[in-house]
Amino acid sequence: MKDLIMKRLAQMAVVFVIVSMFAFSIIYFSPGDPLYLYTSPSVSTYKMSEEQLDDMRASLGLEGNVVQRYIDWAGKMLKGDWGLSISNHQPVKKQILDRLPNTIGLMGAALVLSVLLAIPLGLLAGYHKNKWIDNLISAVSYLGISLPAFWFGIMLIIVFSLKLGWLPSAGMRTIGVESALDVIRHGILPVIVLSVNNTAVFVRYIRSNTIEQKEEEYVMTVISKGVPRMQVLLRHVLKNCLLPIITIVGMNFGTLITGSFIVESVFGWPGLGTLCMDAINSRDYTMIMGITVLTCIVLLIGNFLADILYGFADPRIKQGKEAQNG
Amino acid sequence: MSQILQVENLSVQFHTYTGTIQAVRDISFGIRENKVTAIVGESGCGKSVTSKAVMGLIQKPGVISKESKIFFKGEDILGYTEKQWEDYRGQKCSIVFQDALTALNPTMDIGRQITEKIRVHRRVNRQEAWQEGIRMLEQVGIPGAAMRMRQYPHEFSGGMRQRVMIAIALTLHPQLLIADEPTTALDVTIQADILDMMKEIQREQGMTIILITHDLGIVANFAQDIIVMYAGKVVEKGSAEDIFYHPAHPYTEALLRAVPRLDISGGQLETIEGAPPNMADPPAGCPFADRCKKKRPVCGTGFPGEAEIAEGHQVCCWLYMDDGGGSGDGR
Repeated sequence: MKDLIMKRLAQMAVVFVIVSMFAFSIIYFSPGDPLYLYTSPSVSTYKMSEEQLDDMRASLGLEGNVVQRYIDWAGKMLKGDWGLSISNHQPVKKQILDRLPNTIGLMGAALVLSVLLAIPLGLLAGYHKNKWIDNLISAVSYLGISLPAFWFGIMLIIVFSLKLGWLPSAGMRTIGVESALDVIRHGILPVIVLSVNNTAVFVRYIRSNTIEQKEEEYVMTVISKGVPRMQVLLRHVLKNCLLPIITIVGMNFGTLITGSFIVESVFGWPGLGTLCMDAINSRDYTMIMGITVLTCIVLLIGNFLADILYGFADPRIKQGKEAQNG
Repeated sequence: MSQILQVENLSVQFHTYTGTIQAVRDISFGIRENKVTAIVGESGCGKSVTSKAVMGLIQKPGVISKESKIFFKGEDILGYTEKQWEDYRGQKCSIVFQDALTALNPTMDIGRQITEKIRVHRRVNRQEAWQEGIRMLEQVGIPGAAMRMRQYPHEFSGGMRQRVMIAIALTLHPQLLIADEPTTALDVTIQADILDMMKEIQREQGMTIILITHDLGIVANFAQDIIVMYAGKVVEKGSAEDIFYHPAHPYTEALLRAVPRLDISGGQLETIEGAPPNMADPPAGCPFADRCKKKRPVCGTGFPGEAEIAEGHQVCCWLYMDDGGGSGDGR
């Protein structure tokens, strides 16, 4: 187990470096010049001299060749200096960290909801393969996979906020109200929209795993011991079909993040997503790079946790042996 | 000679996309109590399906025909409710499968897999069940049983794993144990150990065993009775002595000739030419006719009835029918 953790950590470090290079180079190669944001006629009518522009380049870290600039940037990032936002001149790190809990909360709630919904639905569908209940659950889950989040979000706002007036349509808090309940009321619709896709994906996986596990020979052994059907399903089949789901959840962490960006935009949720959209619209390079790096960290941690959790849950991995049948 | 199990007119079919596979076709036999009966035959002859039918483990797409009857100590088990099946399985009758690696839950330790059976059927607490589990593992000759209870199937060797399977099957002392090719997946030396152990336990506890195998070699010094199956039919049944020394059916004879022997040196091992018939479309006559060296025209006309050629020794072959007439049950 210790070996597994060390191996994963080393892999994470490598992936992280590569992603940071990628993030840096995308910004580097994208058209437009950060300086233009300061000097464009729409911002200022003042015409800067070449010397002033050079000074500015130096202060923004835009001097030298790519490699040099990457190393400078990476070194500063590691030290915790994520630079100032180009658009509002506030520290990038502080702005990101202020928004991070809002996004993590949204993602966490959506993930928990997905898993809690998907386990019984997937199990039910798999157990009653090709019966009407399975057909119903499968049809709904296909719908869930194909629903575009932005459209679904807008539909929910129209129904529950505009028509019925049950829930707020945007934001995270009612101005002047400081209560957790208020935040939860604001979060219900975004969490639903964010969890739909993942729930549907998990249901598909749990359904097919259940069908597969049910055919395994050990199930026959358990039945031959005289164990009641329900217990066969819950004690044996369920655990073995949930094991791979841990990995799926880890893998779907990425869609969860991108999904939360869209959902936040639709619902005006003050998280990383809206921050990122604003940064992209205003070409706030330092902010975009900061968010990219942080997103990468969140994603890596998610995958890491999934791997470790899997190792703990599956005795065949825990002992550091290759799984012999599966 | 009381019979613990009677199978009457058992037919099992599997409805698949390619057609209906008639895995077991109208077979009848009895199993004597406290004896070892071997059901032998090659792959696909229906012997495993028969054993699963006795355990109530035939699942869709498998169907047991309406005419079938299986009596366990006089009770018609095919009419059981789910609750009665649960009660019957494990306590009265249990089964050991061929491959213990796939037959054990890979993510549950051995201890819980044994004690689960005890706790489903008996009102005992965790400790008592655990102690009983350790006793069972010791009985099947697993060293360090107390420690091994906490281990998972992948931490056992093949032979040890099969011993665990047998320990689980023997837990709660069922009256009937079905061993479905219990040693086929094992090395020959381990095979012998396990069979010796099973024989010993059978003698000590006076249990009934049905041994399903394709290997006549392991049957010889283990079983008292033998049932020979071919293409979903019982073709011959009798005592081990009858079958080994006075085989009546040409298939049984051929099967015996195909057993490798150490006392006859030289020469090639005999094989049976041809292959068993397609079970989706079995022939109307004797299914072995196409491979039979004693084939006569009458063999293709229908399945021969059962002829009793000695006390407790029956065979289904046209050679023993009076001129193709119907001294048996006609079909």
